Amino acid sequence: MISDQAKKQIDAWVAKYPEDRKSSAVMEALKIVQAENDNSLSAESIQDVADYLGMPGIAAAEVATFYENYNHKPVGKHVIRFCHNISCMLNGSDDLISHLEDKLGVKTGEVTKDGLISVKKVECLGACVGAPMFQIGDQYYENLTAEKIDEIVDGLK
Amino acid sequence: MNEVCFKNLDKKDSWSLAVYEASGGYSVWRKILRGELTPEQIIDELKASGLRGRGGAGFPTGLKWSFMPRNSAGQKYVVCNSDEGEPGTCKDRDILRYNPHAVIEGMAIGGFVMNATTGYNYIRGEFIEPFNRFEGALKEAYAAGLLGENISDSGVDFNLYAHLGAGAYVCGEETALLESIEGKKGQPRFKPPFPANVGLYGKPTTINNTESFASVADILSKGGKWFADLGVENSGGCKLFSVSGHVKNPANFEVSMGTPFKDLLEMAGGMRDGAKLKAVIPGGSSTPVLTADVAMAMTMDYDGIEKAGSMLGAGSVIVMDESTCMVETLTRLAHFYYDESCGQCTPCREGTGWLYRALKRITDGNGKDGDIELLLNVQDKIMGNTICALGDAAAMPVESFLRNFREEFEYYIEHGKSMVKG
Repeated sequence: MISDQAKKQIDAWVAKYPEDRKSSAVMEALKIVQAENDNSLSAESIQDVADYLGMPGIAAAEVATFYENYNHKPVGKHVIRFCHNISCMLNGSDDLISHLEDKLGVKTGEVTKDGLISVKKVECLGACVGAPMFQIGDQYYENLTAEKIDEIVDGLK
Repeated sequence: MNEVCFKNLDKKDSWSLAVYEASGGYSVWRKILRGELTPEQIIDELKASGLRGRGGAGFPTGLKWSFMPRNSAGQKYVVCNSDEGEPGTCKDRDILRYNPHAVIEGMAIGGFVMNATTGYNYIRGEFIEPFNRFEGALKEAYAAGLLGENISDSGVDFNLYAHLGAGAYVCGEETALLESIEGKKGQPRFKPPFPANVGLYGKPTTINNTESFASVADILSKGGKWFADLGVENSGGCKLFSVSGHVKNPANFEVSMGTPFKDLLEMAGGMRDGAKLKAVIPGGSSTPVLTADVAMAMTMDYDGIEKAGSMLGAGSVIVMDESTCMVETLTRLAHFYYDESCGQCTPCREGTGWLYRALKRITDGNGKDGDIELLLNVQDKIMGNTICALGDAAAMPVESFLRNFREEFEYYIEHGKSMVKG
């Protein structure tokens, strides 16, 4: 089920595209529905999005599995998306990812016991001059150090 | 330095309409709305400017715009590629954050030239801050009567929207990007037909990079010759270079084409901790790696970098010092292409996996005789055999890392550990 609030948000995206091209909004619609469902997508919610946009369920499922921004199993309330690509790697991201894993007691891909945080290694996020960096929610955090990471993570609620 | 896309970078609220207009912004667009500029004049000026596509391919922008069948009936589209994702590249992010109106004006001008009344700016899904800035700028532009239908009674229509991606490097390929706007998997299309004939929703479409669009208004207000003269022969204008890696002050720099690499390195504060330069990837992770001495003699323009044995790409300069293990670095890049291959073409889908697994085996200490030949063989079989350039992008680093730093790979295979790190 998609909430009225989410439908309103989806409609705003649908309005950007030609009338007979509602499926252009599928990528954002999936994100909106994902945000309403503890940050992950079930087969049912993917079908709900497809039905709402008048497209085949399989077409929405293809999108939901092709792109990286969708989760298909439980993740933390906050997902720390740590870049490990070249510029970040050259600036010590591997050590910092280990530091973060040690601090949280989880490996990348896992969720902390309280369900608050999960860590994911991701490819280049396009902030290479601020390497090493990670993303939490809408926010980029750049020029990270172990101390800075501690401070940011301790502030997550 | 900072003469076009970054010219307002030092000003407070550089992204606002007020700052943009104070520096001459929207004067070209207003001239168009007054009927004082023709599409032909604009294309001629762009051709004279020597502006080449800033997304990586370097195709002349004026020529690209001239291909659009502007007088054909039906809807046409103009699309901006802000799906910045090539490792080492982060310039478009700053254009969107600090100068979004230049992108809007450039796209509007493009729309006018090509008779396209609708535009989409495809911004990568993670760029929420840049997206919000762009959306804010759109709101300002609409409120100021610069966008919409029959703008200022000119008879010109142009509506512009931002579209967000959802995490897929391959969508930076223009036809994958179009598929993505259509709400599909981002798998590149066969070309021909080219987007100029069959693009978004099957309609004629022109796609340019963010930096290309952001350069257009200044070229038209100051003249194609002015822009061309900023650069060198065959590489007009200035260019944003993202300098990252082992430099003291990594940053984006907008400098004249033809600037010596060693000057650019100096702008970035030189090597960190006085370390010695070992290697440079000059144009983003897909472009061949260069050794220090070759890089230090190179100029930063299309021909200069090609002469050095690599490509300008998106201007993404990744600097590596002597502590860098080239085997581990290549392994990380190979993982990237393996992860990002869309899976459509067999050489890329399977080949990127072969490359990554062979390199992983080497860095795990289990390399064996013949692995180097295997890597060279696989990259050769990918190169040129795929629908889009992602296959080539995966192959080129492998060939160049092995050509320039082969002894490090041999050492890793023989000793099971890094020659550099021990």
